[in-house]
Amino acid sequence: MIEIDGITKRYDGNTVVNNVSMTIEPRTVTVIVGTSGSGKTTLLRMINRLVEPTSGAIRLDGEDNRAMPGFELRRRIGYAIQGHGLFPHRTVAQNIATVPTLLGWDQARIDAKVAELLTLFQLDPIVFSARCPHELSGGQQQRVGVARALAAEPNVLLMDEPFGALDPIIRAKAQADLLAIQRLLGTTIVLVTHDMDEAFHLAHKIAVMDKGALVQYGKPAELVKDPATEFVQTLIGASERPFRLLSIKTAGDAVEPGAADGKPLAETMSQRDALSELLWTGRSALPVAAADGTILGRVTLEGLSRRAAKPQ
Amino acid sequence: MSIRFDKLGVVIGVLIAYGALAAPFATFRANRIVPGDAKGILDALPTGAGMLLLGLLAGAALIVLLRTPTRLRLLVAAAGLAAIAVFIGMAATHLTPPANAYARVSPASGFWILLFSFALLAADSITRLRPLPLVRVLLLAITLGGAAVVLMSGLWDGLSILKEYSGRADVFWLEAGRHVTLALGSLVASVLVGLPLGILCHRVAPLRAGVLNTLNLIQTIPSIALFGILIAPLGWIAVHVPGAAAIGIRGIGAAPAFVALFLYSLLPVVANTVVGLAGVPREANEAARGIGMTDRQRLFGVEFPLAMPVILTGIRIVLVQNIGLATIAALIGGGGFGVFVFQGIGQTAMDLVLLGAVPTVVLAFAAAIVLDALIEINAPQRERSRAA
Repeated sequence: MIEIDGITKRYDGNTVVNNVSMTIEPRTVTVIVGTSGSGKTTLLRMINRLVEPTSGAIRLDGEDNRAMPGFELRRRIGYAIQGHGLFPHRTVAQNIATVPTLLGWDQARIDAKVAELLTLFQLDPIVFSARCPHELSGGQQQRVGVARALAAEPNVLLMDEPFGALDPIIRAKAQADLLAIQRLLGTTIVLVTHDMDEAFHLAHKIAVMDKGALVQYGKPAELVKDPATEFVQTLIGASERPFRLLSIKTAGDAVEPGAADGKPLAETMSQRDALSELLWTGRSALPVAAADGTILGRVTLEGLSRRAAKPQ
Repeated sequence: MSIRFDKLGVVIGVLIAYGALAAPFATFRANRIVPGDAKGILDALPTGAGMLLLGLLAGAALIVLLRTPTRLRLLVAAAGLAAIAVFIGMAATHLTPPANAYARVSPASGFWILLFSFALLAADSITRLRPLPLVRVLLLAITLGGAAVVLMSGLWDGLSILKEYSGRADVFWLEAGRHVTLALGSLVASVLVGLPLGILCHRVAPLRAGVLNTLNLIQTIPSIALFGILIAPLGWIAVHVPGAAAIGIRGIGAAPAFVALFLYSLLPVVANTVVGLAGVPREANEAARGIGMTDRQRLFGVEFPLAMPVILTGIRIVLVQNIGLATIAALIGGGGFGVFVFQGIGQTAMDLVLLGAVPTVVLAFAAAIVLDALIEINAPQRERSRAA
């Protein structure tokens, strides 16, 4: 659990983050959104003390984050940034091993961890361990960057626009991978982005920052239903609202009993994508299948449009 | 098949033709200070040998002129260098009257032009072949080894420069030692001071402009003036600091030469350290901090390795510059190869000047090649990533 308690940061009388308080539940994905200059990155960087707050406190699992030197704190918190920030002069394996090495793990444990993480990120350890970062594609570099952030098995992972430099196809894959890994490891993830689609796709809870203040913090559906300010409304986009609602939940959540013709949709697909598929194929219903292929039921145009409507 | 000319080859071919036919190959003098008698290739060598050399040069010029395989050109360059090395030794033996210890035979402009032509050809072909850094060092070693073999064989013993050497063998090696000590010692000192200063300038931005401007200013002081400026403070230290005089600190001599070289070296070292550190990718630095490296770990683990090629380039500049500059240390009694240069000028004995100048050039050249190779070995990843 991360408790942010009345945190403020001023630079030369300029308030960048203004009295923000929020509690981040363990094992969830929290996305901080806002425009450039809203203070979202500064807020993130105060969690691992890359930026020291002017006032206020941040507690990780009840412990003040100033209880230990900054570099020690940062070794216990994963950190991934846009453009991956890999060390160009070190191999993939050395990059991933950076924090375990700093922590003094023995070599066998480090090697095992590197192989485990590479496998987890679908990179063959035999092929990729000895490569240098410039020999990887953008998507691979980004995965190695996240793998490095997770190497010391941190409970918390901070990500600053981690997918910003990726093209849309690789970005969608990277987001899906991140969600899968988060579910597997149970890591608490705090992610900063200005991409609302990304926020709605990933977040359990979204925090909206505007001019240094936290204007709304809640579940994605709550933001769509009750935007706290005009700014939140604009950020979500009035015409996007029904689709935002649909993008939060999966087709599996919208299954109705009954049968339908056509190619089955995956249970994990978002309702938004399911709607898109229905519209495109010109059908009013499509079957939904679990990962093992069993048909769970069907989704219907009518059912989805009910779910996309303004909640009463 | 049409005949195609090589652009640089035309220039080299013309130079070879001029060096072989129009310029004198060797100079004969009755003693070391009288004006010389210039001899062309045919006059300087026994008839058969002269014709052979002209034939070889004509063949070489032809191959160089046309677009020929690079390896063949390199081979021609090596053969050309070897040929003029052997034939100049032969000319010395041929021109010196038997049992005459006063006569002097030295290479004339034609020889130097040929040497330059073939060296240019070698440099050009090596550049085109793009050999690995270690191969370049190996080529240097082979060239120096070849020169050493010729020296040992006594082939050049008839040449005036070696006659000057034979009378001064002890002093030569003593001054060589001093020269290298001055050049390398001041380099080591400037790295020891310049690296931390560069790091400080990088971390403390307000310091940067001041330090770099001061060092720039020092760089513009002419060396002789700097020696003059140093006489007073070093003289004062010698008198007033106990033990200073005992370790050789005086107003003139090696101490001011050392200090001057050190001061000149600081700018390249500090400036390249600052530039190198500034060139470290921002994300790598940011990530290093974000995952919990301390400032020291970041400096030695990330910033230094990534800045190393640029810092090494600075050190290369300093080393080559110092080997050349150390020559003027002789002006204030600091020793080094400059001793022969200034003695030679004083006695109007150009052979003696060469005895000082040639080793200096060879030393600087070898240092440049070795350090270039070292820089490339240190930078392969960056080179490749830039290409990608």
